[in-house]
Amino acid sequence: MTAPAIVAHDVTKVYRRHAHRHQFRTLKSALLTGSVLSDLRPEETFTALDGVSFEVPRGATFGVVGENGSGKSTLLKLVAGITRPTRGLLSVEGRISALIELGAGFHPEISGRENVVINGVMLGLTRREVERRFDEIVDFAELREFVDAPVKTYSSGMYMRLGFAVAIHVDPDVLLIDEVLAVGDEAFTRKCLDKIAEFRRRGKTILFVTHSLGLVEKMCDDALWLRHGKAAFRGDPKRVVDTYLTYVATGEEAQLRSRAGLAETSEAPRPDGVGGEPSPGSGYRRGRWGSREVEIRAVRLLDGRGRERHVFVSGETVTLVLSVHAARPVTDFVFGVGLFAADGTSVYGTNTEIEGFSPRRLEGDAEVRLTLDGLSLVEGTYLVDLAAHRRDGTPYDYLRGLHSLRVKSRIRDFGLYRPAHRWSFAGGAGITPPEPRGELEIGDDHDA
Amino acid sequence: MIAALRALIRYRALVQSLVSRELKARYRGSVLGFLWSFVNPLLLLLTYTLVFTVILPNRQPDIQPFFLFLFCGILPWTWFQASLGESSGVIITSGNLIKKVLFPAEVLPTVAVLANLAHFLLGLPILLAFLAVKGRLAWTALLLPLPILVQLVLSLGLALLLSALTVHFRDIQSILTHVLHLWFFATPVIYSYAAMPEGSLLRRALRLNPMTHVIVTYQQMLFHGNVDHWRGLFLALLVGVVAFAAGAFLFDRLRDTLAEEV
Repeated sequence: MTAPAIVAHDVTKVYRRHAHRHQFRTLKSALLTGSVLSDLRPEETFTALDGVSFEVPRGATFGVVGENGSGKSTLLKLVAGITRPTRGLLSVEGRISALIELGAGFHPEISGRENVVINGVMLGLTRREVERRFDEIVDFAELREFVDAPVKTYSSGMYMRLGFAVAIHVDPDVLLIDEVLAVGDEAFTRKCLDKIAEFRRRGKTILFVTHSLGLVEKMCDDALWLRHGKAAFRGDPKRVVDTYLTYVATGEEAQLRSRAGLAETSEAPRPDGVGGEPSPGSGYRRGRWGSREVEIRAVRLLDGRGRERHVFVSGETVTLVLSVHAARPVTDFVFGVGLFAADGTSVYGTNTEIEGFSPRRLEGDAEVRLTLDGLSLVEGTYLVDLAAHRRDGTPYDYLRGLHSLRVKSRIRDFGLYRPAHRWSFAGGAGITPPEPRGELEIGDDHDA
Repeated sequence: MIAALRALIRYRALVQSLVSRELKARYRGSVLGFLWSFVNPLLLLLTYTLVFTVILPNRQPDIQPFFLFLFCGILPWTWFQASLGESSGVIITSGNLIKKVLFPAEVLPTVAVLANLAHFLLGLPILLAFLAVKGRLAWTALLLPLPILVQLVLSLGLALLLSALTVHFRDIQSILTHVLHLWFFATPVIYSYAAMPEGSLLRRALRLNPMTHVIVTYQQMLFHGNVDHWRGLFLALLVGVVAFAAGAFLFDRLRDTLAEEV
């Protein structure tokens, strides 16, 4: 095993809390010790990262998940060398390219062509190296016809695409990615992901900070969950994501509970950064909206034996239970359920209207159950849309992506849906069937 | 200081690209475009000439024609003033780079100084042409690289110092405008240093200003055609080296704080 590409040992980063106070004191300590912090009292500082240790082996893809403000970006800046740890050791082997802010350093007045060259030089290439890769960069960004226009005329998508294209063509040994895949339409996002996959194949090291848990599961070899600046859990990406999701779901349920009875509140979209947020660019946005004439007050996921769970084995029976409440009687109502993969792809959707149910009357508390017999999905995290709306589509209460479920499986097949299937071989095919294996068992708890 | 110089040499490709970007971007979108590098000093000269030949006529005999004398001092002074003025704010305005990209911050003030050096060098042929027309161009003009070098070292040192300090004290940017204004009048650009009585208090005070020696050297090389201010220039070089060392040291000390304080 070669030396790891990134080593973090007990890394701590402390920021000062109030900018622009005690200027003379902080300047003095900066001059004497190289740090602005030594003369500040504890209440004037903020610990963004607290004793985080990990190693990323060369060629591995390492994912970091966590809520907003959990220290992910601070970690990335430290690894990139933009800031230095207050305490602890951090070492990175090889050329780094950080996709932290795309197109940082573009000058709006000059052309895309000139900006590509200068940006490439900024990121550590020689002028000649940039010129050699120039066509590749421009083709990747799909900006061939605009390359001689000043960058200020670019749309934000074009700007980001060019930034991404330059950064990715620096050919780094270590690539740092901070939630930058929101660079354009779906096609471009896919291209970026392909490029990142190519990096993995070529044995480059990638550190990946994202809210897109599906990507972490799909691409990472190892993952870390940061919570309030501390390493909360580290290990297999699927387990990290599960643990994180369970934590988020618990908090979400608490929030939903606290919201019950306050129908007029929580209209605002939820803060991003919790749960299995799909990769951006897919048009799938989590949130909750509607008139609340019918309110979805609680949502439970039950297994075949009626126990509440969030993690299911592929093929298990899953029952969705909606507790709804109509303050005043309504006669026009439809209940709908949608299932989405973590990247926003629709897996399945149905509602009572489509299936021919006719609403008569809804008043007070009610319960709606949808039982999915044998939910044969491949392993992954799925987001659930739940809705109560009028037949014309006017929403009463629409919960988009606020609930999720995990499907686990022994088989590492791919896609979305697993049809019942069997292999058979005849003639000259010599092939050994797999060892019979015990069923995956998931207990009462959420984690497998 | 050696380390600082080495860093600047290591980043020369970056510095070079950014300087040329600065030059390209500055007048992009204007009608005259690149010609502004020539028009700017001419307009400045026109203003001062108007003031000092019409409103407050300067009749000191050793510096006639006055507009030419003025030109010899005001061109390098503009470089100095613009370098310091721009470098003081350059780290703040490029905060995005410092915070989001692994970017050697010392490149920024360096680029501010060098881009203005380029403007100075573009203005120089105009000055030389005027001198030639007036029959004043002497061989001493060949010695110009010396005061340019001294001024470069001094400007770089002060630019490093100012750019890092301004991140901590934004007040510097406001004060600096006035300091540079005063400094301009405390430098013999619009009056003659030689005409001051030997040993006078004012002359002794002016001697403490390194830019005095730099500007006087320019004036001697370009306007007067004989140079004897070597001691003064050497003194200015020493001040410049000290300023560079101090600037490099301070910048290095504050480097880690820049990304956080911007």
